[in-house]
Amino acid sequence: MPALTESIAVGRTRSATARKAPSRSLDTLFRTFSYGAALLVLLVLAGILGSILYGGWPAFREFGFGFLTSSAWNVGTEQYGALVAVIGTVASAFLALLIGVPVSLGIAVYLTQLCPGWARKPVAMTIELLAAVPSIIYGMWGLFVFAPLFARYVQMPVSNLVEGMPIIGTLFYARVPSGVGVFTAGIILAIMIVPFIASIARDMLDQIPTVLRESAYGIGCTTWEVVRHVLVPQAAVSIIGAIMLGLGRALGETMAVTFVIGNANRLSASIFDPSSTIASRIANEFNEADGLQLNALMALGCILFVITFVVLIIARLLTRRVQSA
Amino acid sequence: MDASNTITTTTGRRSGRVRHGRRVADRVLRIACTGATLVGALVLGSILVMLIVQGVRGFTPTLFTNPTPGPGSEGGGIANAILGSLVLTGIGILIATPIGVMAGTYLAEYGRGSKLAALIRFLNDILLSAPSILIGLFVYTLMVRPMGTYSGWAGGVALAIIAVPVIVRTTEDMLRLVPGTLREAGAALGAPPSTVIMSVTWRAASAGIVTGIILALARIAGETAPLLFTALNNNSWFSANLMGGVANLPVMIYQFALSPYPNWQGLAWAGALLITATILALSIIARLVIKPQASR
Repeated sequence: MPALTESIAVGRTRSATARKAPSRSLDTLFRTFSYGAALLVLLVLAGILGSILYGGWPAFREFGFGFLTSSAWNVGTEQYGALVAVIGTVASAFLALLIGVPVSLGIAVYLTQLCPGWARKPVAMTIELLAAVPSIIYGMWGLFVFAPLFARYVQMPVSNLVEGMPIIGTLFYARVPSGVGVFTAGIILAIMIVPFIASIARDMLDQIPTVLRESAYGIGCTTWEVVRHVLVPQAAVSIIGAIMLGLGRALGETMAVTFVIGNANRLSASIFDPSSTIASRIANEFNEADGLQLNALMALGCILFVITFVVLIIARLLTRRVQSA
Repeated sequence: MDASNTITTTTGRRSGRVRHGRRVADRVLRIACTGATLVGALVLGSILVMLIVQGVRGFTPTLFTNPTPGPGSEGGGIANAILGSLVLTGIGILIATPIGVMAGTYLAEYGRGSKLAALIRFLNDILLSAPSILIGLFVYTLMVRPMGTYSGWAGGVALAIIAVPVIVRTTEDMLRLVPGTLREAGAALGAPPSTVIMSVTWRAASAGIVTGIILALARIAGETAPLLFTALNNNSWFSANLMGGVANLPVMIYQFALSPYPNWQGLAWAGALLITATILALSIIARLVIKPQASR
């Protein structure tokens, strides 16, 4: 009996050593390959920054700091400035947040607090499918369905109403009520970022212990009071992170905005007037651009890179801190 | 009898004492939240109705057999764009899958607790929502300019760069859900780490990893901005060497929808319906594959 066990043990050891030799080199190879793949992620990010810095450098050298403050964009005289595109980008993204944030928080509260159990899954799926619709389809919807309705039922009445008024008159007056412009872009962007913010906010609200919610209901709080005094303070930091994430998307969104913003290089105080964003200008002009114009577009890309990456880094830090805590 | 009467009246009085303002605030919240959800559903519905109304007309047999017509001419289809899109998305996902799965494996298996892995994880999350147009500019500088021509390869690489972060993220999340005891059991049998990963953890997380790949596929299938500067478009039939412009659905839709020709616009709508239906189907499949407990 002992002899038998020994012989089995010996046999096993031998087969194990026999198999180990080739599999160890495979093991190293596997490890190296996975390490390399992970490093590639770093390289791609560095490559994106490097390539647009390299491409945009001549424009920065030519115009210096004036590139940021100039509103010129003239292919004939080769004068380029980023101001209109930067303002268009920031303004449309800001409007998107202004409209999108209340809507997404509303959806998150509905899904976690008000929705009857059987409807929760399909409703959540519907909202998530909004995130899957390609950006170009939003562009077509915005231009062919939304813009005409918006022009007729919002822009024209509002323009007529506010014409000649001191501040509101300049802010809301549409010289050509065509339906496209910064405000339309803001609305379309709002629709596009809603599913992202809503799904993160919903996850955060779901993570709050049910006991907290139930004890608040137990002392007679209404849903509004539970949301306002229990849920929002608990999830506030990560919801702000989710909003920044939405902002990052809104800043860099290209195709939908290109359809509905009107693509004009004009500095206008009215949010109903057409303008352009960094991304829409690159999409519109890059293929026909040459020489300094190409460099100027790359330089615009650099500015977009810096803005969105700062926003996204803040967003990730905010959402991360809460998850680990 | 008497007591129960008292109780009911008391509760009645209590709820009557709830301040009017509180009830109004509550009702406003309920209506606003339900309204917000309705708006979201209505927008999705409106987009689908628009696509069906405008796109179904274009669904003729020639749509799938003929290439895109020249400007102003009648007839034609979008067969070359469909084929091109399939090839570009295929190249993208074929490049992205091994890289993404391996990088996700590194983050979840080898890089636990390492600073480098934490940094890569953080940057991967940022790359996940990076503007796709910047990725287009990057691939333009990297491939299109040195090669001197737009190419399908460049388009595929651009799509791969968009797909990688999605796959890395889901792979890592899914591998982290695999219980450590499974790995320990594998290691205790004498299996080296690579064998444990390939035949234990990957197998346990396979449904989740496949979901990630399908989601990445849905994400890149409709991407337009990075293809504008890399694959561009082409009105002729697909050629196997992929150099020069390669026709693809998103850029075709972009160019045709904004063109003044009714025939082109009709084709753009048909293409838009086709691509949206495909992507929504992919997203729904991905959500059905994923197990409820796996959804982080």
